[in-house]
Amino acid sequence: MADMIIKNGTVYDPLNNIPGEKKDICIKDGKVTDKIKEKDATVIDAKGKTVMPGGVEIHAHIAGAKVNAGRLMRPEDAWMGKVPKGKLTRAESGSSIFNVYATGYKYARMGYTTLFEAAVPPLLARHTHEELEEIPIADKGAYVLMDNNWLGMEYIKNGEIDKLAALSAWFLKATKCMVLKFVNPGGNEAWGWGKNLIEVNEHTPHFEVTPAEILNAFAEVNERLGLPHSIHVHCNNLGHPGNVGTTIDTFNAVKDIKPGRSDRKAILHATHAQFHAYGGSNWKDVESESKVIVDYINSNDHVTIDMGQLMFGDTTTMTADGAMEYDLHKLSRRKWINCDVELETGSGIIPVRYSPKVAVNTVQWAIGLELALLIKDKTKIALTTDHPNAAPFTKYPEIIALLMSSTMRDGMMKGVHESIKRTLLPSECAGIELTLEDIAKITRGTQAKLLNFVELGKGHLAPGADGDVAVYDIDPDKLDGSRNPDQIINAFRKAIYTIKGGEIVVKDGEVVATPMGRTFIANPEIDESLNKAMLEDLTEKFVHYYSVNMANYPVQSRYLRNPFEIPLKPSKEVA
Amino acid sequence: MNPDSTIVTDVVCPLCGSLCDDITVRIENGKIVEVRDACDMGESKILGHDRIKSPMIREKGELKEVSYEKAVKKSAEILAKSKRPLLYGWSSTTCEAHEKGIKLAAEVGGIVDNTATVCHGPSVIAIQTVGLPSCTLGQIKNRADLIVYWGSNQSQAHPRHMSRYSSFIRGFFREEGRKAKYVVVIDVRDTTTTNVADEFIKVEPGHDYKLLSALRAVLADKADVLPDDVGGVPKDAIMNLAERMKKAEFGVIFFGMGLTQSRSRYNNVVNAIALTRELNQFTKFVIMPMRGHYNVTGFGQVLTWETGYPYAVDLSRGYAWYNPGETTSTDVLNRGECDSALIIASDPGAHFPGKSLKHLSKIPVIQVDPYHNPTTEFADVVIPSAVAGIEAEGCAYRMDNVPIMVRKLIDSEYKSDEEIIDDVLNKVMEIRGGK
Repeated sequence: MADMIIKNGTVYDPLNNIPGEKKDICIKDGKVTDKIKEKDATVIDAKGKTVMPGGVEIHAHIAGAKVNAGRLMRPEDAWMGKVPKGKLTRAESGSSIFNVYATGYKYARMGYTTLFEAAVPPLLARHTHEELEEIPIADKGAYVLMDNNWLGMEYIKNGEIDKLAALSAWFLKATKCMVLKFVNPGGNEAWGWGKNLIEVNEHTPHFEVTPAEILNAFAEVNERLGLPHSIHVHCNNLGHPGNVGTTIDTFNAVKDIKPGRSDRKAILHATHAQFHAYGGSNWKDVESESKVIVDYINSNDHVTIDMGQLMFGDTTTMTADGAMEYDLHKLSRRKWINCDVELETGSGIIPVRYSPKVAVNTVQWAIGLELALLIKDKTKIALTTDHPNAAPFTKYPEIIALLMSSTMRDGMMKGVHESIKRTLLPSECAGIELTLEDIAKITRGTQAKLLNFVELGKGHLAPGADGDVAVYDIDPDKLDGSRNPDQIINAFRKAIYTIKGGEIVVKDGEVVATPMGRTFIANPEIDESLNKAMLEDLTEKFVHYYSVNMANYPVQSRYLRNPFEIPLKPSKEVA
Repeated sequence: MNPDSTIVTDVVCPLCGSLCDDITVRIENGKIVEVRDACDMGESKILGHDRIKSPMIREKGELKEVSYEKAVKKSAEILAKSKRPLLYGWSSTTCEAHEKGIKLAAEVGGIVDNTATVCHGPSVIAIQTVGLPSCTLGQIKNRADLIVYWGSNQSQAHPRHMSRYSSFIRGFFREEGRKAKYVVVIDVRDTTTTNVADEFIKVEPGHDYKLLSALRAVLADKADVLPDDVGGVPKDAIMNLAERMKKAEFGVIFFGMGLTQSRSRYNNVVNAIALTRELNQFTKFVIMPMRGHYNVTGFGQVLTWETGYPYAVDLSRGYAWYNPGETTSTDVLNRGECDSALIIASDPGAHFPGKSLKHLSKIPVIQVDPYHNPTTEFADVVIPSAVAGIEAEGCAYRMDNVPIMVRKLIDSEYKSDEEIIDDVLNKVMEIRGGK
């Protein structure tokens, strides 16, 4: 691969305190470097353009059982997004749930080069990897669902945290994932009986543990194992009016846990916070309580969030929170898929159309923006739509424009439900506009920081970083974002260049190369005798209760073309 | 025991959609000589039987043995010059072969379809209409106290299903196994499954839809509109079953081709799913199609993530086009549209309607299969393959969408389906690139 120099662009690299400087970026052997010999290099003229590190997706549903079940249930969604095959590209489908090829191409066109699949049911992990292996261009990783794990809940009930650590390590390895993920902890087990848990101190049937206990125990385990990211949590009580109390209770449930590694302060990442920031008591009087979340994040370091920004239009909701999807089905009566996963978790899918004429949708739309506008430290909040739940990820450019242009927000607010008065968007948020530096944070820097992938070369452009770069058609010297939101949207929708590992993969918004990326995995080490004791318990679960033999359960190495083991920093308590 | 004998445990059976993964086999001198714990059908497949010995090409009406290279070249030539090739089958091979096959279909602009088209295709249409409240089989094993088999003869079609996942198995909340469950069979006739049920409800052929509607009426407190008899089932029995469903802690309906391929077809399944949905107002209830071939589910998965649709996909436009009734294999064949067909890991010769077969007999047909079957009788090119799950490894999806890797147990002189399709694809690209 030829060396590369991206010349004269305005570089936004917030993790290295570069807030928009005219600067060249050199790439050699796929990595950013100080200097190269220009005469042998590919030269990209970025004069009058914006240069950022490749985008990082921290939370999206892009591969695996429920994504594919959503595709199967919605041929209408596939049809609406059809693009014929090209010389180099396979046919694309999907307008909210994309086929594997469209997923890779569409992210790359927006300048994204690293993607994380946010919810892997352990029993179905093989499926997730089959799809991830077919998504072209980006590097990838995945989060394993431990929220309602039977043996996990038994260990928590018995206070056996050592064994819980061994169990977590086993599931990370068996599923080839790298983050511990929790969706409606305890609640999915209750949903196995058609019930749910709402508050963090309710007990799940039979196992008699609470969401608070589950999260606290796993947060401790997460720190002992030295995993790069904190625990990644979809709180209980998602989407219900008045749920902000549950959200704050969840944050407080892990407040006593100390970070196990010095390079991260967060203990818990609360994903799609928009869905968890509601006041009111019913669908009519629901109101924004984003201020409660904002104040908490502004004054605490142990919690970080992503937006889960809702955008108006048609999309598909899909989550391991099966009970919540059933609630949505009861509201809309639209077609509904449910799949509970034995001994582990649940899931559900339902199509949805968010309308600016609906009170609750208007409030939801406002809340995501409020969080991003009002949280002071932009390295505590990441831009997401919980793709495809609150909107497909292809809406990111519009969201960026909404955050950069109060004029655009004012315009949109004229066409929404009067419930907008029950939000902070017209009042406290008025006139606030994010800068390109802020955008560089919430679309890549923050993600890399929260996932602790900075040392691994993601989300920044210092020498040694991966040669993942996006060049956008924005001249910061001439940009008046407030007046020109369309220019922002167009620029972020189609990067002029996306460079992945030093190779040009997108030019002028078109895919020009489709290399296959790496898959990040974590392999925590566990004391042998401790592991043996845990395995005796786990074997028992397989012999009697799983429907698959233990020998056939772990994802075989053949499923990963290009695995990359991330270094861990276990604390001393793990022998 | 023979000193050369090797025991392999946790073998995955590549026969039916139950995908049992607890089989033990004994191998001696590169041959499987003993199979433990499989059902008779599975054992017979794993032990192996008559194989197609050599690649063949039909000349003057007779299949003549040829080299592998020649058969691949002939196959590629047929596909490369076709205007509307059909690539059909796939349900008894691995997902890796599916991926290659879909790539080949995209390359030649063909229609790609699998056996669901004549099996659970109507279930897919139903899911696309109303969804599917379901779960994995272990969830049923551990929780279900009411099991309904509707239009599916488990004990014949999926012999170990009842002992591994449903009626007989002990589960975490069902320690007493069979005693802890009430088992209902709804069918048009007495079967070997009805023998082990607590209750057999005999419905007149073609009246399943009405019976489902009657149950829904009872749930909706509209029992007074029911006549004394619905499809041959007395009103009392309907009332009792509805009550039993409401009172179950965890209920499940397993349905088979008695619903999907009888009168009303996909509407039966829509109605069964709607019933299941409504039962969730009262308790936990799920529903699951009894998928036949061991990897029919896997093909649906792969085709969906590759193209957005689960079967009957027409790739002639450059993008994927899905329209069951138009793009389904039997319909395309009945209209006489296809000008060639590649048939892999299935036997339309035994299962397609006469009109479809008539057209297949007129066009060049390529067969890739380990075994001689009725399709071989009209195939023009025959390429024998290794048996996936015995002689080649790869991914398969159980009827509940749980993916399990099937193993390679013994060597084969034949290439795997995946390799064969890849060879044909490369040859096609070579031919087309040369144009």
